Amino acid sequence: MNPTDTTLVELRDAIASKQVSSVEATKAYLDRIKVHNERLHVYHEVYSERAMQQAAAVDAGKATGALAGVPIAIKDLLCTSYGHTTCSSRMLQNFQAPYMATAVQKLEDAGAVILGKTNMDEFAMGSSTENSAFATTRNPWDTDRVPGGSSGGSAAAMAADLCAASIGTDTGGSIRQPAALCGIVGMKPTYGRISRHGLVAFASSLDQVGPFSRTVGDTALLLKVMSGLDPLDSTSADVEVPGDLDRVDEKPDRIRIGIAKEYLSDSNDPAVAAAMDKAIQIYKDAGAEVVEVSLPHTEYGIPVYYIVATAEASSNLARYDGVHYGHRTDKAEDLIDLYCRSRAEGFGDEVKRRIMLGTYALSSGYYDAYYNRALKVRRLIKNDFDAAFKQCDAILCPTTTAPAFKIGELTDDPLAMYLNDVYTVNCNLAGIAGISLPGGFAEVDGKQLPVGIQLLGAAFDESRLLKVARVYEAAAGYYQARPTL
Amino acid sequence: MSETKTITEDDVRHVAKLSRLHLSDEEVHHFTEQLAAVLGYIGKLNELDVDGVEPMAHPLELANVLRPDVEQPGIDTDTALANAPAKTPPFFKVPKVLGDGPSA
Repeated sequence: MNPTDTTLVELRDAIASKQVSSVEATKAYLDRIKVHNERLHVYHEVYSERAMQQAAAVDAGKATGALAGVPIAIKDLLCTSYGHTTCSSRMLQNFQAPYMATAVQKLEDAGAVILGKTNMDEFAMGSSTENSAFATTRNPWDTDRVPGGSSGGSAAAMAADLCAASIGTDTGGSIRQPAALCGIVGMKPTYGRISRHGLVAFASSLDQVGPFSRTVGDTALLLKVMSGLDPLDSTSADVEVPGDLDRVDEKPDRIRIGIAKEYLSDSNDPAVAAAMDKAIQIYKDAGAEVVEVSLPHTEYGIPVYYIVATAEASSNLARYDGVHYGHRTDKAEDLIDLYCRSRAEGFGDEVKRRIMLGTYALSSGYYDAYYNRALKVRRLIKNDFDAAFKQCDAILCPTTTAPAFKIGELTDDPLAMYLNDVYTVNCNLAGIAGISLPGGFAEVDGKQLPVGIQLLGAAFDESRLLKVARVYEAAAGYYQARPTL
Repeated sequence: MSETKTITEDDVRHVAKLSRLHLSDEEVHHFTEQLAAVLGYIGKLNELDVDGVEPMAHPLELANVLRPDVEQPGIDTDTALANAPAKTPPFFKVPKVLGDGPSA
């Protein structure tokens, strides 16, 4: 078998049955990274030596588990006690975390081999990786286009088979949007399902770790490994991880698909509209009940998100002071000047914009008008979902309005960039689960560009959501498509 | 929030000060335009009547998550100082706190 042209579960099983060794598989991925990384800018840092040692330990029977020997890539927002954790920021360019993120520790405890850390928008703020202080990741389907973001490096690594699976984080769509633009599976689990310990905080009431993979089954396995209550994260949920979480081939007892007219905008690209039509047909053919639901506050999601997320960011990013860790200016006249110059030099423009927007929304005289009003509308958005999930098991909608845009197209228009998240942010605001699945292709300038469809499920109902997603995936078959590198 | 109010350059200077961000005049000008556009879009929230709606700060309705009151090891001093850009162990090093700099 070719270990770089397979699913995570197939590779895991092949390693377990000694058809291929973890050392062979890991070396095959490292070789592919050597060939393609320079052009795609997917990885910041590759841990070749450490990865080969982890692989050898699996082959020697010293490391076992549900992911024994499979090579995985990690978004550089998750702390590892080895290498650097940069968040693609000059601020943390030389930062070496003193502890492991719980999600990464759980992957390693399950025998996973960690290949390296992937590029992203600085501090996860962006939809294209163009806000990375180091490089812009290229979309493997068309290297003139963005991979999406903020977890664009992890998405492109998966799409280009530079890992067997990868991990990202999703605050307003940062896993699902790049998954859609790169033609792979990407999931944001329910808020609280996976510990945020060691996830460098952007917006603490929205951030969630999640997987990218080739298939729904692979995503389910990764979710199962990373999930669970963590004493190190007081907001991780004390909710049992279902035993059938990764048994995605079991047919759900019923499928009721909700369609919300608010997500069927005329501004959707024709390929996105076609993907929706096809998905609806697949579910009808599978015997699903398709019902119309209403999410009347959908259009208020972006304004709420850009108040809540920036308010939380302005508070979370106050820790970067040039004193304890991170970039420090060499021009400071006094302590306040040290803060102001270290932060000005260490942060990129998008991070500065969001810190200022959040500070403004929380500042005296504006708190009620902006922040408190946004929290009230957030409640209305959640109420919409609660009502919808009484009528259906999953809401089917597009992940994005269009396929990947060109590098540079939106960089100086923050508002246009923010509108990329229009179909993804409400899932984070409500704290529910969402998964993006390959939905076919748009042909643009002679290139095949992936589009995604999204399924949203009620909080802590991932077991059902994944089974419903698998029904679509098996019928649509898009997961087998690969870009030509 | 008034629908016509847009953020001014003075507002941005004030917010930058609160945010501890040193900005050039050119940056103040550029960010003012961009933030005004975003705030204009956010003004859409005024269309809704939110009287009596309970604000939602967090998806999980949690209160007072406690762990057992048992002593546990923390990060030791050397580890805590390992990433410090300037230090005199066991202390972090900072410039004089009471200065007469322009932003003090």
